Amino acid sequence: MAVAGPEVAAAERQPGPSAGDRTKRGWRGSAARLGLMALPVAFFAVFFAYPVSAIVSRGLRTDGAWHFGRFADVLSDPGILGVLWFTTWQALASTALTLLIALPAAYVFARFTFPGKQVLRAVVTVPFVLPTVVVGSAFLAVLGRGGLLDELWGLRLDTSVWAILLAHVFFNYAVVVRTVGGLWSQLDPRQEEAARMLGASRIAAWRKVTLPALGPAVAAAALMVFLFTFTSFGVVKILGGPAFSTLEVEIYRQTAQLLALDTAAVLTMVQFAAVGSILAVHAWTVRRRESALRLVDAAHTARRPRGAGQWALLGGVLLTVVLLILVPLGVLVERSFNTSTGYATTYYRELTSQEGGAFLVPPIDAIGNSLQYALAATVIAVVIGGLAATALTRRAGRLVRGFDALLMLPLGVSAVTVGFGFLIALDEPPLDLRASWILVPLAQALVGVPFVVRTMLPVLRAVDVRLREAAAVLGASPWRVWREVDLPLVRRALLVAAGFAFAVSLGEFGATVFIARSDNPTLPVAVATLLGRAGELNYGQAMALSTLLMLVCAVSLLLLERIRTDRTGEF
Amino acid sequence: MTPAHAGAGAEPGRGPALLSLTEATVRFPGGPALDGVDLEVAEHEIVCVLGPSGSGKSTLLRAVAGLQPLDSGRVLLEGRDQARVPAHQRGVGLMFQDHQLFPQRDVGRNVAFGLQTRAVPRDQRELRVRELLELVGLPGAGRRAVASLSGGEQQRVALARALAPRPRLLMLDEPLGQLDRSLRERLVVELRELFDELGTTVLAVTHDQGEAFALADRVVVMREGRIAQAGSPLEVWQRPADAFVARFLGFDNVVDATVSGEVADTAWGKVPVPDGSAQGAQTLLVRPAGVRLVPAKEGLRCRVAARTFRGTHVAVHLQPTDAPRLEAACGLRDAPAVGDAVGVVFDPDEVVVLG
Repeated sequence: MAVAGPEVAAAERQPGPSAGDRTKRGWRGSAARLGLMALPVAFFAVFFAYPVSAIVSRGLRTDGAWHFGRFADVLSDPGILGVLWFTTWQALASTALTLLIALPAAYVFARFTFPGKQVLRAVVTVPFVLPTVVVGSAFLAVLGRGGLLDELWGLRLDTSVWAILLAHVFFNYAVVVRTVGGLWSQLDPRQEEAARMLGASRIAAWRKVTLPALGPAVAAAALMVFLFTFTSFGVVKILGGPAFSTLEVEIYRQTAQLLALDTAAVLTMVQFAAVGSILAVHAWTVRRRESALRLVDAAHTARRPRGAGQWALLGGVLLTVVLLILVPLGVLVERSFNTSTGYATTYYRELTSQEGGAFLVPPIDAIGNSLQYALAATVIAVVIGGLAATALTRRAGRLVRGFDALLMLPLGVSAVTVGFGFLIALDEPPLDLRASWILVPLAQALVGVPFVVRTMLPVLRAVDVRLREAAAVLGASPWRVWREVDLPLVRRALLVAAGFAFAVSLGEFGATVFIARSDNPTLPVAVATLLGRAGELNYGQAMALSTLLMLVCAVSLLLLERIRTDRTGEF
Repeated sequence: MTPAHAGAGAEPGRGPALLSLTEATVRFPGGPALDGVDLEVAEHEIVCVLGPSGSGKSTLLRAVAGLQPLDSGRVLLEGRDQARVPAHQRGVGLMFQDHQLFPQRDVGRNVAFGLQTRAVPRDQRELRVRELLELVGLPGAGRRAVASLSGGEQQRVALARALAPRPRLLMLDEPLGQLDRSLRERLVVELRELFDELGTTVLAVTHDQGEAFALADRVVVMREGRIAQAGSPLEVWQRPADAFVARFLGFDNVVDATVSGEVADTAWGKVPVPDGSAQGAQTLLVRPAGVRLVPAKEGLRCRVAARTFRGTHVAVHLQPTDAPRLEAACGLRDAPAVGDAVGVVFDPDEVVVLG
């Protein structure tokens, strides 16, 4: 007792202040969290919930009364049920196929160094930013009538579901490679070595040690791929023909062709519900698997391949990239030069002229528009997504988890719905943005935010709590802790997230097509407009513009890759 | 004893070599990490590889483990070439420097990992895990999360995990590197007792000579991918093979000398050397105990630059007028104060002419 005396006395002397401090700090913590969440929540309320509810009420409300009977009518239609079934199973198949093909590539990118790795990383990301219509056309050119395979072997796949599945893999390859590979490159390879020393074969070591650590990232990537393919629009529209139709295509058909807003509203809500339940499952799996990972500097985890097996794996991945990505892109470029009188730059020269064109401005102006919009959208998405991810890092109750799911919803809701909703909700007071250029970046950012959050969250959550505590003890405010501790560690993830947001914004089509003004078209909108017009010149110009879009994306991504290595080389 | 025939092989009578490396070489882009290393470890022997960081000692372990392929040379375990045997089939254990416990598994499932890969039935597995956790002094810790363990506890779990599948050779990479001193000193004794009791064959690497001497039957000193010296702790301590080994062991009184007869000519003046020392240009080591302090007028004149208390003695750092510093070991009571002028004479019994 004598020894403990002074401490006990000291503690007893000041019970009030210390207890008060604790409460104050707890209160301040949740206040900070609410502050972090306020901006993203407001953003989503105004630019997502409001437009979507506008379209729903326009569809289901007539003369001030709700007509919920439409649900039963729509959902008992066998045609609609067929669409639902096809939407689901093709999304599952696409996701499984993408994981199967892209996980080895994620490994190769994370663990091996080889010449041209950076260029290759940018190359696999290019498809992701291409307008869906262009990808559809490119695959049609490879797999369809008169396409590459048809010319070579008389093989046509455009009438089968394989064309859709392959195009989906083409699109989402980068999602898996970058999301999973990003984390993988920061996992300590010695964890696997430790397992091997305990008698586990290479594959067993991977399955028992690396896979559980990668779990959240794989789940996040699979979820993204599933959502993209579940809501696939352009690809299915072009490659699916009359035989295959997804929910999204059906919503578009009901809205734009049949003008059946009430059916479209019902389908939108069905999609909403489906996406909501997928997200709930995802949140549950992630919660179960969370564990503090030991992250190391990615620069030290990659090395040259060793032995025949590893070289073969690298070769296989390179071959996949060539066949799956370079061939369709190559065919695209080839078509942009292939005129009826042989190879020429006719289509490119036509892009700068206004003569008889589809727009009020030369199509080439679309490049500048697209870059400006995408840059603005990236800034918005990174700010909103970064705030949201930081708020989500601090573990808390139901409220935060609901917020997490909310952030993912724009991914699942049809882009067509969002665009259409913007058009009918934001065109009159209190919020009239019709004439404002910011409308397009806002819609694009809405789609980009989930990427930012999904990319940053696994890394943010894996940051050792003790580092934050150490900084706090040294007198750092919560903001300073984030800047000094989290930011340097997550800078890589932040840059990847920004790259994704930029890429998504650049290629966004479904929503932009509704709101981009005809004197300010974006690249994908210009391409779609050209593709929609008859004539070899328009088709050729579309191919030429797609080629330019591809180049713009490739160059931007290469720059990003460079920044990434320069900045992250030292930690 | 010269490095060339430093006797890295197991001595006769120790039993057959469990591990033997011949001309093992690993080249890294910056230069060789392992340069023609010959080493044998007999069954039940504890060998410690000692060297500064970058001397290739970790690469040596990784080569034996099969995690680092050799560019040339051979690794044999129980006489069989391991070139085509993958790491997980070599039957050796490796305890990593930072333990590398699996964060997704609790303590028990970490220890059980090596038993699961060998398809040990569940009941036997549980029994063995309990037994091992008791052995390393963590009874009942099976359900604890890895993240909740202290450094010393993590080290114990890593040891239990490595021992669980009964590896024929246990390798330890800086086993106690991250622990505090008193814990390290206690654990080194525990490890030694444990290995004696279990009869484990151990190949450990460390940069801490105290750890190596306390743990090992035989010490191998490495330098730049080569073996600089091998021998029992006593041999290495008493007769370091060269200036590098001497300095690495913490001896600072190393100086160039010209030996003729029983006297060496050095920067510190004439230093007596033992009978039968090698003649001519040599390197001399004077142990601190061989530096005797006498009144300032006698012997080599020095000023006391610093003194540090070492528990059993006081280390006195002496600065001669124009010669390298000297370290002397003095009794606790008769050590001079900083700034004092003293004289120095040398005791030939504590002088070693290095090879």
